[in-house]
Amino acid sequence: MSLSVDIAHPLAGFDLRVAFEAPGGITALFGQSGTGKTTVVNAVSGLLRPRSGRIVVEGETLFDAERRLHLPTHKRRLGYVFQEARLFPHLSVRQNLTYGLRFAPADAPGPSLDEVCDLLGIAPLLDRRPGGLSGGEKQRVAIGRALLSRPRMLLLDEPLAALDTARKQEILPYLETLRDQTDIPMLYVSHSVAEVARLATTVVVLEQGRVARTGPAERVLSDPAMVRQLGLREAGAVVPATVARHHDDGLTELSVSGGRLFLPAMDTAPGSPTRVRILAHDVIVARDAPTGLSALNILPATVLALRGGEGPGVIVQMQCGDDRLLARITRRSATALELAPGQQVYAVVKSVSVARTDVGAG
Amino acid sequence: MTGWLGPEEWQAVALSLKVSLWAVALSLPFGIFIAYALARWEFRGKQVLNGLVHLPLILPPVVTGYLLLLTFGRRGALGGWLDETFGLVLAFRWTGAALAAAIMAFPLMVRAIRLAIEAVDPKLEEAAATLGAARLQVFATVTLPLILPGVIAGAVLAFAKAMGEFGATITFVSNIPGQTQTLPSAIYTFLQVPGAETAALRLVVVSVAVAMGALVASELLARRAIRRAAGA
Repeated sequence: MSLSVDIAHPLAGFDLRVAFEAPGGITALFGQSGTGKTTVVNAVSGLLRPRSGRIVVEGETLFDAERRLHLPTHKRRLGYVFQEARLFPHLSVRQNLTYGLRFAPADAPGPSLDEVCDLLGIAPLLDRRPGGLSGGEKQRVAIGRALLSRPRMLLLDEPLAALDTARKQEILPYLETLRDQTDIPMLYVSHSVAEVARLATTVVVLEQGRVARTGPAERVLSDPAMVRQLGLREAGAVVPATVARHHDDGLTELSVSGGRLFLPAMDTAPGSPTRVRILAHDVIVARDAPTGLSALNILPATVLALRGGEGPGVIVQMQCGDDRLLARITRRSATALELAPGQQVYAVVKSVSVARTDVGAG
Repeated sequence: MTGWLGPEEWQAVALSLKVSLWAVALSLPFGIFIAYALARWEFRGKQVLNGLVHLPLILPPVVTGYLLLLTFGRRGALGGWLDETFGLVLAFRWTGAALAAAIMAFPLMVRAIRLAIEAVDPKLEEAAATLGAARLQVFATVTLPLILPGVIAGAVLAFAKAMGEFGATITFVSNIPGQTQTLPSAIYTFLQVPGAETAALRLVVVSVAVAMGALVASELLARRAIRRAAGA
């Protein structure tokens, strides 16, 4: 399963010119607002007809400007979850959920109503009307409705942007379950690094209507060149990890490719895979193995690159096992430590840095 | 009712009911279609269409009636063709009264339905399309249920207007008792005859009751349409 997009379309202020492949899993379309993310998703869904280009899903061409081919939205079989849930107000939750079912081909594979209700925890809502649901409940029903239309792919356009932090935390685990328990690929539009870090397998970074960077999430997010797009506060690496064991003193031990990390207790069972996000400004670099330090998380690493900006800071990219870490230190420290590519160092991760909300199970 | 109204009066009320029901029933599908086109589509001549629909509201009814007579009279361009092809005669028949009533009531009907359609978020229709519904299916399953109170409000209003239509009707189909003498024509006739004021007054009461009932009903339904489209 794959999605291949190569389109151009004029937007206010600039021309959108985007080409990328989404291999499967969750592909995040990431960028600031106004960079054309929604335009791309609308073009894929058929709600917008781009000026030129091609869109292919699973080998079927949905749009080809040269052949004057523009498959209408209702024939594309792509589920779309909008920022606002867009539930039908005159139908019950159950009728909303099953709306797409009658239009789907009878032999199209996909989860049943019961499975979707279990997956999203919406069984108790079935006989209610959308008007009485909370924002988080509405969005879960909208995801279920899209799933039940038996789509070949799910398009999600900032599905959490209209929700407050608590509601976001309510939905994120469901999206992770969806990613891990179904094989429906997703194109996920977001401007939130935390969401992308937690969910995405592939990241496509858009900037001013162009693809600035694309690749596996771990690679793209730990690329020092990305710091500008992510913003200094959000810059950091995403590292896959496995829950090793829970200690009696309230810490959970994770094993990563470059060593071990200790986190405040997680409720994930030992052996399950997870992901941690290590922000660049929470990492200290040491030349020698540090002793007499309160920090628990010290990982040996090799300096890959240094990237200075206009300010007094430098971003250091390090190889740590199979993963890459970023550290944001001052230019003065970089000079004092004589940091250079190839050098062996220690990355000291302040344990407070691995914030609960940035840790995604999955 | 028959006891209270004289046979001639009852005949006029019954004819008006028949004429108005047919007028509304036959014009409703066109009304929905044109209201949808005006609310949702951008096309050349949209303002011209809008003007044409609203014209009967502005024109003196006698002008509308005369234009109908020119077009649908036995010697009119369309009238002759309808007579030859379908054997359908409109001039000086109750069918003509229904046509005149439909045309005079059309602006009110289209206006009410158009307002209801404009209150429906097009984003809901987009969502239905992404779920696999083709355009007509989207209309039948999303748009129409949401605008239904508005459609009913428009139909009720149009019915009341048709019940009261006088100028275009009397010009086009005259005032033949039992054939084209509708409620307003009957009131007019009674007022010309000395001593028939009580009969006229009884019909006036019927007219006022029908008009008030329709206005209240359409107002209630329109409010419901807006609430419903808002998702409450």
